[in-house]
Amino acid sequence: MKRYSVFAIAREALRYHQGWEKAWRAPAPKPAYDAIIIGAGGHGLATAYYLGKNYGITNVAILEKGWLGGGNTGRNTTIIRSNYLQDPSAAIYNKALSLYEDLSQDLNYNVMFSPRGLLMLAQTHHEVRGYLRTVHANNLQGVKTEWIGPEKVKELVPIINIDGPRYPVLGALYQARGGTARHDAVAWGYARACSAMGMDIIQQCEVTGVRSENGQVTGVETTKGFIGTRKLGIVVAGHSGQVADMAGFRLPVESLALQALVSEPIKPCMDVVVMANTVHGYMSQSDKGEMVIGGGTDGFNNFTQRGSFHHIEETLRALVETFPMISRLKMLRQWGGIVDMTGDRSPIISKTPLGNCFINCGWGTGGFKAIPGSGWAMAELMAKGEPGPLAAEFNMWRFREGQFIDESVAAGVAH
Amino acid sequence: MLILECPYCGVKAEETELSPGGEAHLKRFGPGSTGEEFEAYMFARKNPKGVHFERWRHAYGCGKWFLAARCTATLEVFGTYSAQTTEPPAEIVEKIKAKRPDWKGTK
Ligand SMILES: Cc1cc2nc3c(=O)[nH]c(=O)nc-3n(C[C@H](O)[C@H](O)[C@H](O)COP(=O)(O)OP(=O)(O)OC[C@H]3O[C@@H](n4cnc5c(N)ncnc54)[C@H](O)[C@@H]3O)c2cc1C
Ligand SMILES: [Zn+2]
Repeated sequence: MKRYSVFAIAREALRYHQGWEKAWRAPAPKPAYDAIIIGAGGHGLATAYYLGKNYGITNVAILEKGWLGGGNTGRNTTIIRSNYLQDPSAAIYNKALSLYEDLSQDLNYNVMFSPRGLLMLAQTHHEVRGYLRTVHANNLQGVKTEWIGPEKVKELVPIINIDGPRYPVLGALYQARGGTARHDAVAWGYARACSAMGMDIIQQCEVTGVRSENGQVTGVETTKGFIGTRKLGIVVAGHSGQVADMAGFRLPVESLALQALVSEPIKPCMDVVVMANTVHGYMSQSDKGEMVIGGGTDGFNNFTQRGSFHHIEETLRALVETFPMISRLKMLRQWGGIVDMTGDRSPIISKTPLGNCFINCGWGTGGFKAIPGSGWAMAELMAKGEPGPLAAEFNMWRFREGQFIDESVAAGVAH
Repeated sequence: MLILECPYCGVKAEETELSPGGEAHLKRFGPGSTGEEFEAYMFARKNPKGVHFERWRHAYGCGKWFLAARCTATLEVFGTYSAQTTEPPAEIVEKIKAKRPDWKGTK
């Protein structure tokens, strides 16, 4: 892999940019690998990357039924934060945030991480109490967040209406280290680094069956034929239930549509991320100038990557009250992704009933921010066969034992 | 836009009139049940990509709960039926089989 640098740009500028090489190879599958990851979204690619980087396991294939990063990783609204309530969540999301901070250097790929600060508005007294509690919890966890009053909110977000008739802004939970990154670049950066380590990213290759013998996976059936493996990682978000079914176990996961939309580009007007959980809406401004907007999930099981229009309408109605200036904006594009929701709204990074098969799923509406931390923890689990401290509490058996990591009460919208 | 016919009042209700209530025909467990049984009842879900049976409430209509058979991969609706059933009625199963010949049935 030729490294990207200022010198490379200068060199290429002098020769009409003829010398750039493809960011990753497009190999045919080998008969067998030491490890196979199903799903080339951010979490699958990061898992592969840290398997190579931290454990030296590079005879790895990442199988993707569509194109890499084309699932939720390429459809999300890119909010990054680590101000969760429960300790296991704070640990893994904060690990992820720390890795994001120098990911561009580590991958030699600009992921455009932008720690511009993030506000979670409190618009009811219940929410004020909830966020004060989160601030205290975060301080105990060593995650720096603070409670700020309405005047400070207005100072950080001049376009906000702090005394709306239904939901006045009573304050906010503020994480200065939070922000955004470029979603595609995260997938592409990991993919390029994986390919450079000799790993095979095989796109247009759907896994259709999991073969096992005596409780151990031997390989997977795919649209490009059978591929053998010593270890299997399932990292397929919305399709986790389907692939788990192929492997013969059931998950506490349901797949729902989550939508987002962007406006026409306008001049810079908001340089922080604002989430408003009571009214189920959030907004940030992309570098191109588009207002990036999202809300809550649709209510029913759905695999079509399309949501219902009235959900978008509800999101915008709520945000127009909080940001009156967006009422005249034209919306450019709207889309949906299929998110994998668990019963406690926390992810699963776990061993499975099959000895050498591992699963990473349940990131639901909020897993983009977790990609580096999740890949780090999943790689440890796959390499050692046992979870490390970051993953241990996210096992899939916690639902049987009642050991929930309950984030659904911590935030109505868990992005 | 999803449209379901309420089997009680006969109204063809569009989505904003309805509230979704999750998987239908779950077997309920009470005090004295095992951890596995509680997990199955409260958390384990079929989540099929294809034919699915669900609970819905005609929230802004007659207010009653009913059940619907739907395809989660295409959003096609096969039919709705009374909530006072423990499995999908024969006529709904027939309709599904006519449209989805390789459907394996409820697991
Ligand atoms: C609209 C929207 C907004 C969001 N906003 C945010 C946000 O602001 N902040 C945040 O942190 N998170 C957000 N999220 C959540 C975040 O996008 C996801 O949690 C995260 O991207 C999941 O990554 P992943 O790698 O697990 O899944 P994906 O990126 O979906 O990757 C899974 C891959 O598996 C592949 N696959 C599936 N089945 C098979 C098979 N049988 N064989 C081979 N490949 C298969 C799929 O094609 C897919 O590419 C949002 C999600 C959506 C939909
Ligand atoms: Zn009715």
